[in-house]
Amino acid sequence: MIHSLFLVNASGDIFLEKHWKSVVSRSVCDYFFEAQERATEPENVPPVIPTPHHYLISVLRHRIYFVAVIQSEVPPLFVIEFLHRVVDTFQDYFGVCTEAAIKDNVVVVYELLEEMLDNGFPLATESNILKELIKPPTILRTMVNTITGSTNVGEQLPTGQLSVVPWRRTGVKYTNNEAYFDVVEEIDAIIDKSGSTITAEIQGVIDACVKLTGMPDLTLSFMNPRLLDDVSFHPCVRFKRWEAERILSFIPPDGNFRLLSYHVSSQNLVAIPVYVKHNITFREGSSQGRFDLTLGPKQTMGKAVESVLVSSQLPRGVLNTNLNPSQGTYTFDPVTKLLTWDVGKINPQKLPSLKGSMSLQAGASKPDENPTINIQFKIQQMAISGLKVNRLDMYGEKYKPFKGIKYMTKAGKFQVRT
Amino acid sequence: MSASSAFNDEKGGSSSVGEPEYGHDPASGGIFSSDYKRHDDLKEMLDSNKDSLKLEAMKRIVAMIARGKNASDLFPAVVKNVACKNIEVKKLVYVYLVRYAEEQQDLALLSISTFQRGLKDPNQLIRASALRVLSSIRVTIIVPIMMLAIKEAASDMSPYVRKTAAHAIPKLYSLDPEQKDQLIEVIEKLLADKTTLVAGSVVMAFEEVCPERIDLIHKNYRKLCNLLIDVEEWGQVVIINMLTRYARTQFLNPNINESLLEEGGGGEKTFYGSDDEEDEDEEDKEKKAEAAAMAKRKPYVMDPDHRLLLRNTKPLLQSRNAAVVMAVAQLYFHLAPKAEVGVIAKALVRLLRSHSEVQFVVLQNVATMTIKRRGMFEPYLKSFYIRSTDPTQIKILKLEVLTNLANETNISTILREFQTYIKSMDKDFVAATIQAIGRCATNIGEVRDTCLNGLVQLLSNRDELVVAESVVVIKKLLQMQPEKHSDIIKHMAKLTDNIQVPMARASILWLIGEYCEHVPKIAPDVLRKMAKSFTNEEDIVKLQIINLAAKLYLTNSKQTKLLTQYVLNLAKYDQNYDIRDRARFIRQLIVPTDKSGALSKYAKKLFLALKPAPVLESPFKDRDHFQLGSLSHLLNAKAGGYQELPDWPEAAPDPSVRNVEVKESVPEWTKCSSREKRKEKKVEKPFYSDSEGESGPTESADSESDSASASESGSGSGSGSEESGSGSESEESEEGSESEEEEEEEEEKEKKKKKKELKKPVQESESEQSSEEEERKRKNKQQKSDSESESDEEEESVSESSQSEEESEDSESEAEVKQKKKTAASKPPSKPAKKENKKEKKEMSLLDLDDFEPTPSPQVTPVNTFLSSSLVTDLEGLSLTDTVLAPATIAPSSALKSFELLHRITGEGLSVEYCFSRQPFSPDPHMVAVQIQFTNSAATEAKNLHMEDAKLQSGMRVKEFPEIEVLPAGETTTVVMGIDFCDSTQAANFQLCTHTRKFFVSIQPPVGELMTPVFMTENEFKKEQGQLMGMNEITEKLTLSDKCQNEHAIVQRVTTAANLSRVPCGSDKECSPPVPPPDLPVHRFAGRTVTSGSLVLVTVATKEERAAQLTVNCEKMVIGTMLVKDILLALTQ
Repeated sequence: MIHSLFLVNASGDIFLEKHWKSVVSRSVCDYFFEAQERATEPENVPPVIPTPHHYLISVLRHRIYFVAVIQSEVPPLFVIEFLHRVVDTFQDYFGVCTEAAIKDNVVVVYELLEEMLDNGFPLATESNILKELIKPPTILRTMVNTITGSTNVGEQLPTGQLSVVPWRRTGVKYTNNEAYFDVVEEIDAIIDKSGSTITAEIQGVIDACVKLTGMPDLTLSFMNPRLLDDVSFHPCVRFKRWEAERILSFIPPDGNFRLLSYHVSSQNLVAIPVYVKHNITFREGSSQGRFDLTLGPKQTMGKAVESVLVSSQLPRGVLNTNLNPSQGTYTFDPVTKLLTWDVGKINPQKLPSLKGSMSLQAGASKPDENPTINIQFKIQQMAISGLKVNRLDMYGEKYKPFKGIKYMTKAGKFQVRT
Repeated sequence: MSASSAFNDEKGGSSSVGEPEYGHDPASGGIFSSDYKRHDDLKEMLDSNKDSLKLEAMKRIVAMIARGKNASDLFPAVVKNVACKNIEVKKLVYVYLVRYAEEQQDLALLSISTFQRGLKDPNQLIRASALRVLSSIRVTIIVPIMMLAIKEAASDMSPYVRKTAAHAIPKLYSLDPEQKDQLIEVIEKLLADKTTLVAGSVVMAFEEVCPERIDLIHKNYRKLCNLLIDVEEWGQVVIINMLTRYARTQFLNPNINESLLEEGGGGEKTFYGSDDEEDEDEEDKEKKAEAAAMAKRKPYVMDPDHRLLLRNTKPLLQSRNAAVVMAVAQLYFHLAPKAEVGVIAKALVRLLRSHSEVQFVVLQNVATMTIKRRGMFEPYLKSFYIRSTDPTQIKILKLEVLTNLANETNISTILREFQTYIKSMDKDFVAATIQAIGRCATNIGEVRDTCLNGLVQLLSNRDELVVAESVVVIKKLLQMQPEKHSDIIKHMAKLTDNIQVPMARASILWLIGEYCEHVPKIAPDVLRKMAKSFTNEEDIVKLQIINLAAKLYLTNSKQTKLLTQYVLNLAKYDQNYDIRDRARFIRQLIVPTDKSGALSKYAKKLFLALKPAPVLESPFKDRDHFQLGSLSHLLNAKAGGYQELPDWPEAAPDPSVRNVEVKESVPEWTKCSSREKRKEKKVEKPFYSDSEGESGPTESADSESDSASASESGSGSGSGSEESGSGSESEESEEGSESEEEEEEEEEKEKKKKKKELKKPVQESESEQSSEEEERKRKNKQQKSDSESESDEEEESVSESSQSEEESEDSESEAEVKQKKKTAASKPPSKPAKKENKKEKKEMSLLDLDDFEPTPSPQVTPVNTFLSSSLVTDLEGLSLTDTVLAPATIAPSSALKSFELLHRITGEGLSVEYCFSRQPFSPDPHMVAVQIQFTNSAATEAKNLHMEDAKLQSGMRVKEFPEIEVLPAGETTTVVMGIDFCDSTQAANFQLCTHTRKFFVSIQPPVGELMTPVFMTENEFKKEQGQLMGMNEITEKLTLSDKCQNEHAIVQRVTTAANLSRVPCGSDKECSPPVPPPDLPVHRFAGRTVTSGSLVLVTVATKEERAAQLTVNCEKMVIGTMLVKDILLALTQ
């Protein structure tokens, strides 16, 4: 299946290669570089590139291209999903997945890749299993290893491999037993010029951080499970139980994991927590344009809208801007024409605004498109869909765990057309 | 030197830029190329005794490999360390070996013996990794060794090693394809493996080595389907894709009627609905076609195995892995009946939230699907709206999907959406949008004019690209109806002054030439202008100028003769030969000379022929002949190793191949014969046949040694027999493979159940591999600590055990009773269940003889056996037998009344009866067990009996019975379902479905069935009764009927009317005398409602002269009132 893997950085250098079958020459990446040149934006490189003898399937994460070389038919999503899993694993191991981190830990990376694929077919991708096979590098462990001569590599087959709960290792012990769940919802919306909603959807995830001793069996129930329209689970969730009772029942993996992601049924009206008043005009013949933007809260159930960040790609004709924010800071990059305004928190009494003028290229005709405004924000302690966790119970272990649930609403792809 | 080092030379510049970062690394390239002392250094380190030095050296070497530097000259030094004790060094040496062994085959051989030793290591991880490396070093000479190692590992105890063996198969195959036959044997063996760990890997090996040997799948098909959900995600993808292909060869097309229709020419219309009546039309047609098809052939019946596949893959749509979701989606698209394909849309739309690469692939597939099944994605139209931040390739794909989804109803919203897209800064995207508008206009007649107007407005756009694209699209649109639009053509003619894009200019010229009659005045003028600028035009424009000139000459030679000649002269000396050729050819054709042949007569016909309007088609049309989700589909070209998706067979191949667990020495049982056998046995041994419905994995049957019963009693005894032959399951195939298959399925279900609630008895089937043992122990532990789990057999009190013996077979409890009889009747029996087991066999035969005569009709059998299952009834019986009352007084069939659920006539031969078995319903103690008995009196077999679409009052819940795959004609089968009636007598309505029909049915419980017996002493009873006075007490006076004189009759009538247990009286004297006692006895009964567990206490106090007083104490007054009525009726009749 996956023949080889090349890691390519933003400047087009191959900085790591790994082959699972016979060696494929680096020159195969030339086809990739060609495609990279053709693409105007980094994300426009096609994920699948056919070459005379191979196929290149690539993903772009953290400004690194992970280019897998394929020789014969394989579902492209299989490879793409696997590559993303590799990145996730790296991130899990090294905290970040940057070129520097990979180069620093090249041996661990190699060991990981060796375990994750056998002859191009995924072998162990579950992070709990991998961590038993290859222990993540920490400063402490490196020091201990140099002194005692012990290694980072496990000698026993991870227990998870053989059990029916491959995601959890056995013999987990904690002094503080705790289980935290974050319900994070993202609003994807397109708002049109007049402020009416063209499309709005809520996507949510429940991320968990579970540090519990032994083999706990958790159940999580919701007050209003009917809200969840389309769900996808971590493999630990018992599907039948969900189907029958709408209860999440699972033996959790150890540590951080994504328990569930869901989509709130589209029948429910989506509350839009912010509104934007905008007046962006370019006058024909004049080299000046007006820019006027005001943000305000709306349907937030009394919660504060925080970490607001507005960004907008201004038309190419704009040379510079002279704007005045009532709060926060704004920047305009004259090269990329990207305007960003870090608003911070919205104060309902004194609405933040950004006003001023834009200077346009002299003589150029007025841009025919007004820019789209992208908004990011966060609202703590609220799930915008109204989803509420009813209770969390633990079975199978004697101790009493500390439980916590946090709600948050964020803007996903939240766009306002002007 | 390998190619990689050559690459370094080329790229020397760039790699040296990165070098400073590696300054600290002694193995970095710059030093390496010039100074090989460093390598000596590494060699020295590798030769040292210290593990830490070796490790350091290996780490550097691996870093070199990772950067693509050549480290092959270190091979001898590295290979020596293959036997190093330090596991990390060893691992890194393996990495090195796998990378370079191919280049240094002779030296690599030195390491082989180490691996061979490793293959025998007691540690499974070491065995596995030895096999991994051995099979990964591509050295042809060791092929025989590899073959041996794989064969050995394939029967290793550890499933992990077996998995590794499966992985090694394709490696060996790519090294030496001659080994194929032997490898297929290994694959065949591993395919039979029952562990989920191996399944994915072996199917992957199958796909790489012998995808054409579909016959190997037959007997593993059901197992794979059932295991699927527990296989790791990557394996799931491979298995699903393989099963899609398999199903295409083995089953019939579920949309067979439809596909006939499509062939009949209706196909095109279904893609682009354009007429109002079209929908009706289509429906009509469909109906007709269906009717025709129906007349011709039998109605389509889905093979149960086909259904099994669809059912078992559906939950995987919820997987977090996009590849799995896509695999299921393509399976449904290619295999499911049209009505069911819709479920995948939601999951695919969900994937659109994922990384952009995933979006890219998913959108490609959605685009293909929308052409065939537009309706599926219509509700999700808005999910495909485009955001300005999407990458261009995603935008264009979304646009494609939107265009495919456009129809009369949504076109206005889509067009409005398109309007905003046109203003985008991304010009490629704008061009694609204009194309999309054009396509919508051609497909949907009503908006053609609107679109055209919009496009014409775009002609005045400032961006030339937009204008050019519009011109091209308008040209195509105008071709459809040129007469109406001469003003547009005029407008476009004016554009020739400004527009510079060659393609657009050419399009305008072509249009003017084609429709020069509509613009007789402008056309010559355009030609004049063009003639002027001819030399500066692009080739494509020049060709169109010549065309225009020729057409004008033919229609309007008076005005344009000179112009044409001028143009032709210019063209004659053009640099481009194509243009020169064209000019020469046209001159000969249109200018009549003496020499010109017959052709010039036809010049008009040649140039002014009516041209058909172009068809604007989606580039995704007809892509679905590639299996969706595959690389080939994405590229729209066959990729290497792509397995074609076969067409549906005309007639289904023999489905029985999947039933059979082949064992050559044993005659194969066909489905039918085993069924007959079963039927016979059912009659003979009602107890076993019974357990089929419940199929509890109890220990009851492990004393049963005869194979016949093992094959009968479902997994209960099956697990017993498998236990004896653990590891080599095929041994007991004497019993007929069919039953074993079923066992497997049942085991599977149990496993699921087990996962679901960890409340099951521990005595699970032992047939699982050793690996599962571990898990079981764990579960066991959990179960014990689980506070909510019901007490198992260690529990002491009778009443408790009657509740908790969830899956207990009736026979067992019967046996219990018998045993208790041997102890004291008054004393609450407190024997651990384990002991009872040993006596069970004997007891059962006793029961057979004693209590119940085997009833000849199978209908009654299950009913009466269930009677005894209720421990309380048994206790009653116990006291009776003690007092030498004939057991027959408890009339079994009258005790459990069965109700009709579906009459034979309305059910088209299928009659269904139900009764309340009064057994605790094991999956959920709050549910009432309802035993349903299906009798198929039709001439054909009924398939896929299952229930659907339960319509319940709020709070009520239903646990469906497992689907019955096949019910042959004349057969009877019994299943158990659970209903939580919420302590109300409201009916549970649901649909009973067969493969052909659905029946609306409802089950309404008598109030007496809403409770379970509770065992309590008289004192307890009085105490509880004291708390339930006042409103909660209902008292009624009555006169007992004639037949209801003696105490036994009263007890029996009350317990028949309600599922209560009798409270033993304080002294024995009340129970013992069979004759009416002189001291006016009081009978007490106790129970709890199933859902809420409220106590129900019934007291019948007899008085003189047949008079009696009935008292019911119950917290739930409604239940109390109803219960009083029922008991009153029972006692007075």
